[in-house]
Amino acid sequence: MQFDPSIIIFLSSGLFLGWALGSNDAANVFGTAVGTRMIPWLTAAIICSVFLVLGAFFSGAGAADTLGKLGSISTPAGAFMTALAAAISVYTMTKAGLPVSTTQAIVGGIVGWNLFSGTPTDTKILTTILTTWIAGPLLAAAIAMPLYSLTMAFLRRSNLHLLRVDAYTRIGLIVAGAFGAYSLGANNIANVVGVFLPSSPFREFDIGGYYTVSAAQQLFLLGALAISVGVLTYSKGVMMTVGSSLGRISPIAAWVAVVSHSVVLFLFASKGLESWLASNGLPTIPLVPVSSSQAVVGAVVGIAVLKGMAGIRWRLLGKIVVGWAITPFLAGIICFIGLFFLQNVFSQVVF
Amino acid sequence: MEKLRLFRRTKNLEHEIDEFLSKLSESAILFKLAIKAYLREGCGEDFDSKLTEVNALESTADVLRRRIETELYTHTLIPESRGDVLGLIENLDDLLNYFEGALWAFHIEQPDISAEFKSGFKKLTSMVVAAVDSLVLAARAFFHSPLAVNDYNHKVMLYEKEADKISTKLKSQIFASDMDLAQKMHLRDFVEHIDNVANWAEDVADRLAIYAIKRMA
Repeated sequence: MQFDPSIIIFLSSGLFLGWALGSNDAANVFGTAVGTRMIPWLTAAIICSVFLVLGAFFSGAGAADTLGKLGSISTPAGAFMTALAAAISVYTMTKAGLPVSTTQAIVGGIVGWNLFSGTPTDTKILTTILTTWIAGPLLAAAIAMPLYSLTMAFLRRSNLHLLRVDAYTRIGLIVAGAFGAYSLGANNIANVVGVFLPSSPFREFDIGGYYTVSAAQQLFLLGALAISVGVLTYSKGVMMTVGSSLGRISPIAAWVAVVSHSVVLFLFASKGLESWLASNGLPTIPLVPVSSSQAVVGAVVGIAVLKGMAGIRWRLLGKIVVGWAITPFLAGIICFIGLFFLQNVFSQVVF
Repeated sequence: MEKLRLFRRTKNLEHEIDEFLSKLSESAILFKLAIKAYLREGCGEDFDSKLTEVNALESTADVLRRRIETELYTHTLIPESRGDVLGLIENLDDLLNYFEGALWAFHIEQPDISAEFKSGFKKLTSMVVAAVDSLVLAARAFFHSPLAVNDYNHKVMLYEKEADKISTKLKSQIFASDMDLAQKMHLRDFVEHIDNVANWAEDVADRLAIYAIKRMA
């Protein structure tokens, strides 16, 4: 098959979405650590970028498969519009000051494409995805609460020096951040380039006969690099202000929030865990892209519940819920209208 | 390597903070011994040697304080509690200044303390030093087990209250005596020199209680 240069133009919307994800969601992983000056921004950005790429490359397939089942967008133009609709929604919501999830935006976009193309939406898959949007933050809170209690109980009993706790917390934040970035890459890469998989221009190749790099992995790598560019070029401001967003939290609480967030994203992305659960006759966890922002908010609220709901900004929490509800609809509508123009004005084959 | 450096730096700083607190504790003991020596034999050799030792401890503690402050800021350690730790170290350092100042006042002004007031001065000094000792324990607890800070702070408050009672009684006795007004006022100043140490210890304990609450939040 000959390489079609137009694919670069079509991929641009996905790469833009990746850049937006990197610039915003890196703060979920390293925001408090950088905001509280526990870790320098450059260290955080480099660790975040490297592990994001690794997560996307090695573990990105699981969540992408599920997203593909929701709507297999067969043409590059259709995929372009779906990703662009998601990116515009993310941009509009961010401008309006509403916290936003790229996961919900891309799902809204895919459903918009399904409606436009007359492709029936798999309600079972859609229900699974919708369920995980509620389950994600709840699970993060459920992990954060006992983890925070245990951590605080351990610190009280251990009588560690304040400075020693500080040193351990720094290392903990780096390790948790690396895990978080890996999980974010694994779980959210599907949002960025998942819609381009059916029309991917890449072909698999061997590295010296030892490792086969699939077409999907090449696409994931490209998307992950776009996310990394977002992290390295635009995440600093977001990270510096994230500490004062939902409510001030201590570095230890931040560590708990990042670990909980990362576990949730990892659970919903790990094919290895899925096959292990299946082989042991246990119920499996659906491999679905979940919102990184909502997972971290769930964890922070969980910790706040333990502290008697102190320090939570309810107004902002309300905004998050509103953003949660609006995003998929907005992306779906933009995608539908955009596809109409792309097909009828620009004469593109969108399905 | 960076992690190893972080732990080495942390260990050094822990050691410096411990050393600083030990200097304060030693100063309190020397202060008590110096006052006893003064009450026994005036501004003699024993008193002067204790004064010299307190001076040396104060200078060492100043060096340690500056080193701790520089380390904390240069390497942005404990960013959440840094302000509290620096405030605590500076406030504790003021206690050393109080000790040194009071002993210098004895050395320069050489107040004439008659026998009937000596026991009061001794009791006051013991109570003040007990308050500082408890404060040092509270400060050590702040770094290792903030929950225990209140137990020691409680003792600081108790000793400060007792010191206030003793100083009030002592001042009443001084002003009820047949001495000249000038001498009465002179001795009152020395009661206050000593009592001020306990007052400041109580102020520091109050702040320490807040720092400990912040650490446990």
